[in-house]
Amino acid sequence: MYQYDEFDQRIVDERVRQFRDQTARFLAGQLTEDQFRPLRLMNGLYLQRHAPMLRVAIPYGLLSTRQLRMLAHIARTYDRGYGHFTTRQNVQYNWPELNRVPDILADLASVQMHAIQTSGNCIRNVTSDPIAGVAADELEDPRPYCEIIRQWSTFHPEFSYLPRKFKIAVTGAEQDRAAVQVHDIGLRLVRNEAGEVGFAVLVGGGLGRTPIIGETTRPFLAKRDLLSYLEAILRVYNRFGRRDNKYKARIKILLKETGVAAFTTQVEQEWQQIKDHLVLDDTEIERVKAHFTEPPYETLPAELPGAVAQRTESDPAFAAWFRHNTFAHKVPGYRIVFLSLKPPKVPPGDLDHRQMDAIAELADRFSFGEIRVTHNQNMIFADVRASELHALWTELREWGVATPNINKATDIICCPGLDFCSLANASSIPIAEEIYSRLDNFDYLYDLGDLRINISGCMNGCGHHTVGHIGILGVDKKGEEWYQLTLGGSSANEAALGERLGPAIAKPDVADAVTTILKTYVELRAPDESFLQTVRRIGITPFQEQVYGHH
Amino acid sequence: MVIIKDGRAITDEWLHLDDEAAIPPSGQVTVSLLRWHAERTALMARPDPVGLRLEAGDAPDTIADDLQRFPLIVLSFATMADGRLFSLARLLRERFGFAGELRARGDFIVDQIFFLSRVGVDTFEPTEDISPEAVGQAITTFSVLYQAATDEKHPLYRRARR
Repeated sequence: MYQYDEFDQRIVDERVRQFRDQTARFLAGQLTEDQFRPLRLMNGLYLQRHAPMLRVAIPYGLLSTRQLRMLAHIARTYDRGYGHFTTRQNVQYNWPELNRVPDILADLASVQMHAIQTSGNCIRNVTSDPIAGVAADELEDPRPYCEIIRQWSTFHPEFSYLPRKFKIAVTGAEQDRAAVQVHDIGLRLVRNEAGEVGFAVLVGGGLGRTPIIGETTRPFLAKRDLLSYLEAILRVYNRFGRRDNKYKARIKILLKETGVAAFTTQVEQEWQQIKDHLVLDDTEIERVKAHFTEPPYETLPAELPGAVAQRTESDPAFAAWFRHNTFAHKVPGYRIVFLSLKPPKVPPGDLDHRQMDAIAELADRFSFGEIRVTHNQNMIFADVRASELHALWTELREWGVATPNINKATDIICCPGLDFCSLANASSIPIAEEIYSRLDNFDYLYDLGDLRINISGCMNGCGHHTVGHIGILGVDKKGEEWYQLTLGGSSANEAALGERLGPAIAKPDVADAVTTILKTYVELRAPDESFLQTVRRIGITPFQEQVYGHH
Repeated sequence: MVIIKDGRAITDEWLHLDDEAAIPPSGQVTVSLLRWHAERTALMARPDPVGLRLEAGDAPDTIADDLQRFPLIVLSFATMADGRLFSLARLLRERFGFAGELRARGDFIVDQIFFLSRVGVDTFEPTEDISPEAVGQAITTFSVLYQAATDEKHPLYRRARR
């Protein structure tokens, strides 16, 4: 993975110094809350319901074991012993003290980490495919470009006070696992007719209050032009994006109000002026790429080793985990292993410090010392030898991260909700727990197949409800928590926004409604048809009839 | 209001004319873009220099041909959160070749001076008084600059051996 050189290190060290000074000035009353707000936000620091919340960047979801141990140390030393992994491949701490945040940043800097631009109206952490580099369907590893974009966007002097936050995702694979269609800018590595690899550029996708699928402004962009084209988009957005209403300030609204063709022309004209002045050199691409080389894989047979194959026959629990939580690797003899951060009775995405330390230890032993964090709030060991799967499973199970439910109905994406977040209108974690408790039968869970349930506690949509196969959005109705259900959303290749099922549902009835939806699916599905396929085929009416007919 | 330029406090030698105020026959004045467009001939007939005040929404394209007449352009910050002036500054410097004094004036804070100096602003007049030392420190907050901007023609990967 990418290793900081002296320049990268100096920047994060100087950031710590700067934020220490800013915090001291705020605490001494020399900065007003209004003045401090944008400064702390650009360091991922929110003042929340109970205490400040600090969001730490995990660039494109990649962590070394040394870094994960530091995250455990921070949870132990400055927080209440745990951290929350988010849908943007970041980690959040819910209980730090403001005056100790500079110390946390110093600890992070010592392992090449930071909280730079994890919030605020600036370019946020760049996200990517969590199985980048090991995916069989990959044209090229997207992570070097993520790192190049990270450096370009860090303290960009022109784009640090944008109309609103700005999120960029990059994928290099056929299957979109980075949700590039619902980002402010989505980049997809593609090959053109001449055989060159470059980027297809999508602009103006996004979730939140106005969910929109992005539009392609350039079907092919040469690598050399990556930064100049990004700069052209950002300049047009910075100058012309709306600043009169924060709910209309994202680039998707500018794109909609300007029109895709006119916006594309505007960007194109700006880009023509700067493209020859800001060239991404091959030597820089090669330098960064050299950090993302393959680990020293062994030459192994492709078939599953006999002892492991036998376990999948004799041990149903291991078999279920093998089947649902491990995936094909591009190198023979290796598997991609998902760690489920969705066991029963734990808020989705939460890990305590002991688990983090244990996972780091296991990654050192089983997966070349690297961990990936997914935007579905799980973790991945990308390079596990198939022969060691049983040994690894035994240990993961002890630490509660082997629930065999990856991509299943209990692999729920969920924001912190009303229990922690000051923006939320309704709780989300208790809803997730209630739905979870109805799905404790694994046979039923597997019969339901791949199913994504996403829950947000407010329309800002941190739980990505609009792209859930079943989306659940908390709304406030005269001081009571109600929930709006949607069906048929997806952030994968065939991206779609969920369709509203009907009137909002009262909190005690939400789990029943979800149960009814699942039952309806089982009754009406065609053979081998997934939930999403069924919804797309028959529409939402049969589900409406069942859910609202009963109430 | 304290104005800091080149590491020291300077006195303002400009009269910043409201749109309603009468134009004095002589002396250095700055005017809004609106007024420049409306009274360009009269302003140019005066013996003394005229400077321009730009707001976040102003487009520099309309005055590209006039830019070199202005010894001073003032970027008026109505609110520190409005980042349009950062783009405007770069365009003035890099696209339209403005070489005069570029002054940030109004509601911005010391922590933004690093960014402002990178996009070509050379004079600082924040609402809250500031010392030359504080400006100097702010400009050098970060010793590593990843991007090309007005101050650096090339990105770090062209400037440094990495």
